[in-house]
Amino acid sequence: MSTQEGIRPAPVPLVLGGARGGPRVRTLRRDSWKRSPLITQGYLLLFVVYATWAAFQNSNYYVGASSHRDLISPFYSPCIGASCVPGSHGSFLLHWWTYSPALVILIIPLGFRVTCYYYRKAYYRSFWHSPQACGVADGHKKYTGETRFPLIIQNIHRYFFVLGVLLNIMLTIDAVMAFRMPGAGGIGVSVGTIVLCANAVLLWFYSVSCHACRHLCGGHVNEFSKHPVRHGLWKIITPLNAKHMQLAWVSLSFVALTDLYVRLVASGIITDPKIF
Amino acid sequence: MADVVMRIWRGDSEGGEFQDFPTQVSEGEVVLDVVHRIQAEDAPDLACRWNCKAGKCGSCSAEINGLPHLMCMTRMDTLPTEEPVVIAPMKTFPIIRDLVTDVSFNYEMARRLPPFAPKDPGPDGTYRMQQIDVERGQEFRKCIECFMCQDICHVIRDHEENKEHYAGPRLFIRYMELESHPLDTNDRRELLREEMGLGYCNITKCCTEVCPEHIKITDNAIIPLKERVVDASYDPVAWLGRKILRRTKKTATEAANHRTDPKPVKASQ
Repeated sequence: MSTQEGIRPAPVPLVLGGARGGPRVRTLRRDSWKRSPLITQGYLLLFVVYATWAAFQNSNYYVGASSHRDLISPFYSPCIGASCVPGSHGSFLLHWWTYSPALVILIIPLGFRVTCYYYRKAYYRSFWHSPQACGVADGHKKYTGETRFPLIIQNIHRYFFVLGVLLNIMLTIDAVMAFRMPGAGGIGVSVGTIVLCANAVLLWFYSVSCHACRHLCGGHVNEFSKHPVRHGLWKIITPLNAKHMQLAWVSLSFVALTDLYVRLVASGIITDPKIF
Repeated sequence: MADVVMRIWRGDSEGGEFQDFPTQVSEGEVVLDVVHRIQAEDAPDLACRWNCKAGKCGSCSAEINGLPHLMCMTRMDTLPTEEPVVIAPMKTFPIIRDLVTDVSFNYEMARRLPPFAPKDPGPDGTYRMQQIDVERGQEFRKCIECFMCQDICHVIRDHEENKEHYAGPRLFIRYMELESHPLDTNDRRELLREEMGLGYCNITKCCTEVCPEHIKITDNAIIPLKERVVDASYDPVAWLGRKILRRTKKTATEAANHRTDPKPVKASQ
């Protein structure tokens, strides 16, 4: 039963008739509208290829006491598989999982970003061509949007947001642990420490600027004047939310760079310079 | 003075074609100025809708070089003039003639929107709202109903069949204004999900990009509405929370029945 019964005006027959005018062409745009979706497509593909490669490596993701450091790649944290190297931050919850632990933990950031309102725009435009750019014809004859399976699953975004926050807490702990210098004076700051801290901060900014976070913190409230705390949170998140796209790209890039840095140090290709 | 060719769509529901009008452009002119000059000098039967010439009436919407713009707010010096400037009618709506389209689809969808249903007034018979509650809806009231957001939305631009069950961005900001109104009692979430096609929007933000009033249609209206629909229909935790805390919003029927003795509303000065 519709909730509008009794309030809703009597249905008015919708007038949809009439021939459209204008030329029947895909687009009349003459600017470089193909550039943006191509760049997005290339960058996302690059990240997916690197992340897949890194996730299947199952090695060189932790720099431990033997190097007087405590650095773990964000792709492998928390390390919860049976194959985790000793010392890496994990409680080995999944003893039966003998494959790369990254394949388990990456489900959370993957789900969070795939269902993210910004990334939806990015991949609907660049991969699905629905549409490729504004004013360019949709690449599909029929369109049902997010009303049916599988795209109706996008509505699960808020749950991935909560899981993402839990993961951010773990990565923040990793960043704090990166100040440890086992066997080299106790506590200090290295380039790796700064990299892990910056990664955690950027991921927090990305998560907090999320549209689901904005809604859960205050957006669902109708009467702000009666909920000053929620209104305050909403006012803090709203300007961050306006930068969600930029934060999405920067945090995505930095998480890959963090993994790369830890990987290079763990494999001995570079050393992690201690600053003080 | 600069030379420019204006390539304007001429035709009606039977068909049409582009017609080139070589002309000159003076400094500071907008597209509508040039179209008016062509009307005056070359094509007195050229049809275009306009009114305020100040970007506030929303009448002169047309597609300039493939994207919807207000003709009165598009300066000629922002357009590349080495090629003809292409002006076509809005693609999404039925054509009447030349650059004039029939936008009555939007009015029909507006009629389907459940109206504001205020709760009981205060003891003194008036309604009062705090300033921070008033401010939230102000952004949506900037809409001038140019319908360029409706025009650019691919859900109906490229899929005529979706018009039967898709309200479109212009109406979604109105839904959001009412849904977040502290005095409103009507619950439109089920309607939005079932009949107004909120799920058809895939957040590509073209509506926001073309809005001449710079309303953040997607971020401030469509996505918050989607989240509210998730609250109502897709989130079992939210459903459980409402049951435990007894915070279920009144349906429109309950709200209507509750108001058994409506008091006269005094106009607030």
